[in-house]
Amino acid sequence: MIRFQSVFKSFPNGALALKDVSFHVSKGEFVFLTGHSGAGKSTIMKLMFGEQRPSQGDVRVSGLALADLRAREIPRLRRKLGVVFQDFRLLDDRSAAENVAFALEVTGARRDTIPARVMRVLTQVGLAAKARAYPRELSGGEQQRVAIARALVNDPPILLADEPTGNLDERATRGVFQLLREINAGGTVVVMATHDLDLVRQAPYRTIELRDGSVVYDSADEAPEEEAL
Amino acid sequence: MRLLFREALLSFRRAPLLSGLSITTIAFSLFTVGLFLLVALNLRQALKGLEERVEIVAFILRGTPPETITLASQDIAAFPEVKDVEYVTEEQALGRARKELVEFRDAYRDLSVNPLPASFEVRLKDGYRNATAASQVAKRLESFSFIEDIRYGRDWVERLDKLRNLAGVVGFVIGLAFAAVAVVIIGVTIRLTILQRTREISIMRLVGATNRFIRGPFLLEGALKGLMGGLLSLVLCYAGFRLFRDSNLGTLGGLVFFGPDQMGLLVLFGVALGLIGSLVSVGRHLRDV
Repeated sequence: MIRFQSVFKSFPNGALALKDVSFHVSKGEFVFLTGHSGAGKSTIMKLMFGEQRPSQGDVRVSGLALADLRAREIPRLRRKLGVVFQDFRLLDDRSAAENVAFALEVTGARRDTIPARVMRVLTQVGLAAKARAYPRELSGGEQQRVAIARALVNDPPILLADEPTGNLDERATRGVFQLLREINAGGTVVVMATHDLDLVRQAPYRTIELRDGSVVYDSADEAPEEEAL
Repeated sequence: MRLLFREALLSFRRAPLLSGLSITTIAFSLFTVGLFLLVALNLRQALKGLEERVEIVAFILRGTPPETITLASQDIAAFPEVKDVEYVTEEQALGRARKELVEFRDAYRDLSVNPLPASFEVRLKDGYRNATAASQVAKRLESFSFIEDIRYGRDWVERLDKLRNLAGVVGFVIGLAFAAVAVVIIGVTIRLTILQRTREISIMRLVGATNRFIRGPFLLEGALKGLMGGLLSLVLCYAGFRLFRDSNLGTLGGLVFFGPDQMGLLVLFGVALGLIGSLVSVGRHLRDV
């Protein structure tokens, strides 16, 4: 589903954000990207959803080669991905349901199918009762659930979550993480960047650790036989 | 389509002050253009009226036999430039003077001898109402021995020609300048809207909106603002027109306002300005978001 092959990314000032990063994420996987801030987690995320281009190397997501993806093809990539951020990125002047519906309207979904699809994902994230609430009326955890619902409404095969619990208290963090696990159990690939090591220890998922732009640890390398099975 | 309109109208609701400001600036730009067009329109109308009246008056020596006059009249009517010739007798001239020059009515009434000469009044055909043709005809008239004097508004005709050309050029240049100002202002307001909505645009991008989809509402917004600005400018123009007509300045009479076609064109011009302004601005600034 996702393949990084000898990827380098340099900052505009010449410093390297990523040095020779290679990894491969298969169908159905849940992967943690860990590391200190500045280690390159966000850069990898940005490369995956086409916000940035690799300086060198090959990035493939859902079969699209991102190095030579033209600007006008990026919408096609984005429709195959759901993206969630630390700061939720909701539109403040729209209700939860309208925020989710926005993602469908923007992609030209048939109008009469929109309400049902919106309610389905809002139910999935446990917010059906608050569909009409505006972001300011929701807690941080609830806002992140709305963002996740928006990311899922187009049924993407991959969900990218960049520090999704970074702004949340412990209880909300557990709730959101549980939700991401459920989504993964449903077959969606989830890549989650986080520096919350407690969270990482809680779950038996693959972990890729970055330091100064390089992969220093990948739990998949420790048990290659298991992977092959 | 409904979505497009909803998104475009949303920005009016969200930023009523900014929207109002841009509509007003478009309206005032077009108002200025419109006022100038009105002046040009009325000037043209007035010139047309004056042109109709451009004529050459040839005064006839007292005592010229009527047969000579009749023959000459036929000759002159046969000039290629001439539309018609009217023979005005001495009595007719006096009658006209009494009627038109009210201030001198008493003076004319007391006259025992008619001091006014008879004359030919020569009107030129449509294409010949210019200084060159008028002077040629005048020259030919001079060759008749019984013609005492010739009057034709030579300077007047020449000046009219120049004035009309000048009005056309000045109108074009000023109109163009104001159109450019309107485009810039619309561009700036759209740019402000884009900056204001950076977050929304980046979220649209994130969930897979195409650039065309993002651009649509902005273009529609620009066109709508142009439409409203155009309509408002018409109202302003009409108000200005009424004010001028009803004031003492407007005793000129025969003032005309735009016809329906011209009003439509002005509004359409507003829409075009709005579209151009937003196209330029959206194209340039969407890339930076």
